[in-house]
Amino acid sequence: MARIELSGINKSYGASRALRDLNLVVEDGEFFVLLGRTGAGKTTTLRMIAGLEKPDTGSVSIGDHDVSGWTAAERDVALVLQQYSLYPRLTVRGNLEFPLRAPGRKFSDAEIKARVEKAATTLQITHLLDRKVERLSGGEMQRVSIGRAIVRQPSVFLMDEPLSALDAKLRESLRVELKKLHSDLGATFLFVTHDQVEAMSMGDKIGVLRQGRLVQVGTPADIYERPLNTFVARSVGSPPMNLIDGRLSGGMADLGKFQLPVAANARGEGAVTFGIRPENVVLAPGAPGEARIFDIEDQGVVKILVMDMGDARLHVTVPAGTHVQRDEVVRFGWKADRVVTFDKESGANLALG
Amino acid sequence: MAEVKTKGEVIFNRAAIVAVLIALVIMLTPIFWIGATAFKPRNLATTAPPTVFFEPTLSPFAKLFTKRSQLREPVDEATYAAAPWWEQLIYDGGESVVRNKKTGEATSSGYGNRYMNSLIVSIISTFLAVSMGTITAYGFSRFRVPGEQDWLFFILSTRMLPPIVVAIPMFLMYRAVGLYDTHVGLIILYTAFNLSFAVWIMKGFIDEIPREYEEAALVDGYTRLQAFRKIVLPEALTGIAATAVFCFITAWNEYAFALMMTSRNAQTAPPYIPSQVGSGLSDWTVIASGAFLFLLPVAIFTFLLRNHLLRGMSFGAIRK
Ligand SMILES: Nc1ncnc2c1ncn2[C@@H]1O[C@H](COP(=O)(O)OP(=O)(O)O)[C@@H](O)[C@H]1O
Ligand SMILES: [Mg+2]
Repeated sequence: MARIELSGINKSYGASRALRDLNLVVEDGEFFVLLGRTGAGKTTTLRMIAGLEKPDTGSVSIGDHDVSGWTAAERDVALVLQQYSLYPRLTVRGNLEFPLRAPGRKFSDAEIKARVEKAATTLQITHLLDRKVERLSGGEMQRVSIGRAIVRQPSVFLMDEPLSALDAKLRESLRVELKKLHSDLGATFLFVTHDQVEAMSMGDKIGVLRQGRLVQVGTPADIYERPLNTFVARSVGSPPMNLIDGRLSGGMADLGKFQLPVAANARGEGAVTFGIRPENVVLAPGAPGEARIFDIEDQGVVKILVMDMGDARLHVTVPAGTHVQRDEVVRFGWKADRVVTFDKESGANLALG
Repeated sequence: MAEVKTKGEVIFNRAAIVAVLIALVIMLTPIFWIGATAFKPRNLATTAPPTVFFEPTLSPFAKLFTKRSQLREPVDEATYAAAPWWEQLIYDGGESVVRNKKTGEATSSGYGNRYMNSLIVSIISTFLAVSMGTITAYGFSRFRVPGEQDWLFFILSTRMLPPIVVAIPMFLMYRAVGLYDTHVGLIILYTAFNLSFAVWIMKGFIDEIPREYEEAALVDGYTRLQAFRKIVLPEALTGIAATAVFCFITAWNEYAFALMMTSRNAQTAPPYIPSQVGSGLSDWTVIASGAFLFLLPVAIFTFLLRNHLLRGMSFGAIRK
């Protein structure tokens, strides 16, 4: 059992507060993604769990134990970093053996060899075993780093943006492999990233971190469809959710020049911010909305239209076959039941408040 | 690597080589002179113009380690033949060994002892300064030390006074606590002197080693100390070598304190050599042989560590 629980964690570095009253639960065997921008406190969170950093207040528990007082070595977690996880002086094999040769672990040479071979096979790096780390490509290095983490068979894996330094194609294939590894091992994964695509595609659950505070935790669908506030709404989706200021009255969204219907159960009254995902805006002749096409981005399967609507800019995803031109004035509507309303001041989702 | 060079660059390169050669000649001439004089018979040491071609002799070295007196007349052949090889060398140089009246043993000049003192004091103080300096630097580099900048400045400030300023109070204190003229006394002094330097240089090197390496080891089940030994030390080896050479040279060449703080028992080689110059009939070949032997340890030490030094001398720039 390796459920991770952080409760009431605060951490400051001098005047800067890295984490504020952080409460976080990662269930046993879950693939949890912590999503946040640079400086949000993601690395600090991982270091707390790994035992490399002590919280100012609050406690960390792994499994059934409060590990707050434990050293990193005692916690039995594995850590994969963006870089510098591997020792440049050692070969790939040396690096893979390193955790197994730690004093206090008593593995026989045969056991070590077997585990290294197994990890190497899993990650398809057998042919690299005798190579010096310096001679590896970035992708190979990250494979070896992951290998180094799995040889010990820990119950918790902490990964700090392990794919960020790789090119897009490699990132995509390693994403798939990591997911597979997770389901094969059945271990608890806490994966940190600033890339919302990574978060959406990998996480069983996502936690959105902002300036040291956990804003929302939920499944990718929760986060995507029911963002707790405008910050989360902007954090996921590509392009992100459209946010348009307007007035809500009598089941209609008043957007200035025209009105669009919203679902009957929409909360709020008066000045609100409407949120609508790009794929939920529909172009239709005779629809009430009117906008001018500013730019067209052809992505193959779909086109993304950037449209000007008064002061607001609207992103719309349409099928690739849609014929439109720049500067064309089009008419649009939206799927009324997909409209989210936010408080204009606080940005909080009014349906969840 | 095939590089295309412009004509200007070629000329510049040649000029640079010539400049380096000139500098080398200027710097190496005194050393060559010492080396040559150390192997000369006494009568060729002070000829003008200097003698360049001569039959080398070890006579000056034999003299260096013993007390001698001038021979009035050459020894007879039987005595010469019966003498050990080193005594024959001294006879060759026109002198005889002063022997203890009772035991008949040759009297030592004291150079051998002083040389040993130099080795003991320099090696031990270098070892202490480098090891303590490395650990201290690691602490400063990796942990949040309250008042870190002040501490580092304070450590360095011990090097800001010229040593001679503190020599007299040190002398009085040493005499009071019984450290005067002891090996321990000199070792403490040199260690303290080199430590500040070692801390600063090693901190630079350790700062360059990504802390992620050790942290990965900590997570992997190693203790802080094991991680330090397995990860940091090997990575810091270049810096340690460079620091050790600097500390050793400083300790080995130190003159002022050695002169003030020691007399018979613990005196090192540097004060000895000039003391021989003033003693009436200066035998330059003996002085040169003393200086020549004195140069060797630094040369050997530097040579052994040359691979580390070449990278270490550029300090921060060692990492690709
Ligand atoms: N060792 C440190 N000293 C001072 N400030 C730090 C230190 N580590 C992190 N911080 C600060 O804490 C905040 C969170 O950092 P971090 O956890 O690294 O963010 P992330 O990994 O999400 O980019 C940042 O504002 C950062 O500047
Ligand atoms: Mg980070």
